[in-house]
Amino acid sequence: MSFLKRITTAALTVATLAAGHAAQADEQYFPLQSYRVGPYAAGGTGFFGGFIDYMTLINTRDGGVNGVKLVWDECETEYAVEKGVECYQRQKSHADIAAWNPLSVGIAYAMIDGVTADKAPLITVNHGRTDTTDGRVFPYVFPLLLNPYSETSGIVNYIASKEGGLESLKGKKIVVLYHGSPYGKETIPIYDLLAEKYGFTVVQIEVPHPGNEQGAQWLQIRREAPDYVVLRGWGVMNPVALTTAQRNGFPVDHIIGNVWSNSEEDALPAGDAAIGYTAITTQASGNQYPVLQEIIKTVYDAGQGNLSDKSRIGSVYHNLGIVNGILNVEAIRIAQAKFGNRTLTGDEVRWGFEHLQLTPARVKELGAENLFHSINVTFDNHEGEGYVTFQQWDGKKWNVVSDWIAPDWALLRPIITKSSEAYAAEKGLPIRTSEDADKVTQ
Amino acid sequence: MSTALTDTPLQSPNILRHWPLIALLLAAFIAVPAFAPVYVMEAILLPFLALALAGVGLNLLTGYGGQVSLGSAAFMAVGAFAAYNIQLRLALPLPVTILLSALTAAAVGLIFGLPSLRLRGFYLAVSTLAAQFFVQWALTKFGWFSNYSPSGVISSPSLTLLGYNLDGTTARYLLALSLVTLITLGVWAFTNGPLGNDLIAIRDNETAAQIIGVPVLKTKLVAFAISSAIIGVAGFLWAFTYLRTVEPAGFDHDRSFDVLFIIIIGGLATLRGAFLGAGLIVVFPLLLSRLSALAFGGMIDSGVLELVQRIILGTLIIAFLVAEPNGLAAILDRAKRRFARSI
Repeated sequence: MSFLKRITTAALTVATLAAGHAAQADEQYFPLQSYRVGPYAAGGTGFFGGFIDYMTLINTRDGGVNGVKLVWDECETEYAVEKGVECYQRQKSHADIAAWNPLSVGIAYAMIDGVTADKAPLITVNHGRTDTTDGRVFPYVFPLLLNPYSETSGIVNYIASKEGGLESLKGKKIVVLYHGSPYGKETIPIYDLLAEKYGFTVVQIEVPHPGNEQGAQWLQIRREAPDYVVLRGWGVMNPVALTTAQRNGFPVDHIIGNVWSNSEEDALPAGDAAIGYTAITTQASGNQYPVLQEIIKTVYDAGQGNLSDKSRIGSVYHNLGIVNGILNVEAIRIAQAKFGNRTLTGDEVRWGFEHLQLTPARVKELGAENLFHSINVTFDNHEGEGYVTFQQWDGKKWNVVSDWIAPDWALLRPIITKSSEAYAAEKGLPIRTSEDADKVTQ
Repeated sequence: MSTALTDTPLQSPNILRHWPLIALLLAAFIAVPAFAPVYVMEAILLPFLALALAGVGLNLLTGYGGQVSLGSAAFMAVGAFAAYNIQLRLALPLPVTILLSALTAAAVGLIFGLPSLRLRGFYLAVSTLAAQFFVQWALTKFGWFSNYSPSGVISSPSLTLLGYNLDGTTARYLLALSLVTLITLGVWAFTNGPLGNDLIAIRDNETAAQIIGVPVLKTKLVAFAISSAIIGVAGFLWAFTYLRTVEPAGFDHDRSFDVLFIIIIGGLATLRGAFLGAGLIVVFPLLLSRLSALAFGGMIDSGVLELVQRIILGTLIIAFLVAEPNGLAAILDRAKRRFARSI
């Protein structure tokens, strides 16, 4: 019993100490629920490395955002929901929280009620719960750039562009090879919907987790003889799919990877079998963009870089982290323009995200032209019409092979609002209007 | 914080002998909600209560009954998903929902308990591992279980009891604490009753038990059913009062091993072992991580810090088990005896 008492005392002490980090003037804090250990570590180190590198750049080069310094600390989640929840409880006592960026659907789900009560934005860039796109129901959740439905539409539009237009999809056959998990299954109805709309046949085949044996699936693909295979994989499933495709004689340049099958870590282990493999992305890879060059010059050359392996600078995950950094910093900047150049409340930052409109010209000013296209978030569209592009693997690196492509947002929107309105009804939540969105807690 | 729930030697019915237990319960029910910060309840006590209850359930089967199970997380998942679906589709009052989800978990436990009539030891452990994989697969495969939620992850609906909303931290904590207290008292009565004795007899020597007339088949199945029902309630607590979201991936075999380690480290065939073990598995890593974050925060890569914590925790577990193979409960007993002798 005394053991437990001691624990309570210690916990109380620690909690008091954490609360005691009094708010210093003009700081904006990012709680980072990062994962550098466990099966997702490749994604976690790259993404959080890029995010931290960009914030370091802003602090060193500009002295913060209009003089407001960015601060952060990391709490390891290993991508596990219960660890992420503990980190959320631990970090939320910190003052001046700008936004949460857990990069995990499960953790994000567990935080939705909490951040809504705290009035702090929750950013799930490129992933997350699709219906949180509807900002009328989810005021504090932002699946920026790309939700899973838009990804599906983007991939189909790309295939259409290769075939000569959406009409040419008629009579084609597409196989979707998906990871046997909730994530993998999420887009099944969307592929069915698009197949019906454009008149192509879709065959969706499951690969049980983890996917290191796909003989049967590729035998079936051989029988089906599709025009394209969409790879909706994760982890070891991706390189195994590519090598098995090669063994079965399926042309690799007709395999299109989704947003979690698009990294160097997915292609490299497949060796030659991956040469010609194409995958969707919202942010191009490579370090030729001005913002990357500045990070190398200002951050890495000064020994402040976050990635221990410098060859990963400009990789897919690192660039996603940098883009995520840009989006977070610009949301703060936009909110500062309205509320003043000072430390903002979470709700003020939320307002900033709901006005996060970066035109291609503004993206260029930020040194990120061609790194990502643009974003146009409004109070009722929390995804912000992100464009996608496609990259092809040449055996060493990814090369952009398409223009920026727009998913068919108008087609998807009714499905999203149906789901979000059902959620609002189930939870008894109000549907916000633009007037509600302009009410900001200071 | 109900560790001393079982500081109750059977031979002393005198209520005064129970003062540590009563004091602890008073503290847990009154002082904690009044004074503890939200973090302590949300991040420490709620997972502690849920895993301790799962430990109590598994201890009944493994500690008292000698039937090794590696499927605890599966039964937690059954409890959580059953509660979600019952609440969604039937909209029954909360206590009925909990009872029905416990019964569902018991039914699934019975089915996967059938091999125990023929299998023992490692072979039984492997067959319960099948439950683990089957349940997780079925919950992912059939969208009905998660109400066709596109991502398969569901937010738990709000908890209401007699018109009161229980979604606040304190209310959820009290709900979890009350359930854990009631069920632990029930298990205490069970293990000290005739069925409990039968169970121990089977564990110690199945053939001998059969010869003296213990109904082996019935007792084993009852143990599987009750144990699964309790673990099912633990799953409900985990998903509804702690995480507030339900997803199949959260109930993987790692969680099953967690529960098994809790009872091995805490002490097999003791009730307080489950609480001590859960304390070590849930609370200790958090303390370690917070202390190291305070001490080295920002200086070392957080991934490295995490690995160092695991090494420390692993070493401590080995040290504990070498010092006392019967677990933390035995260490506590020894300490208490020494303390009693010294005064």
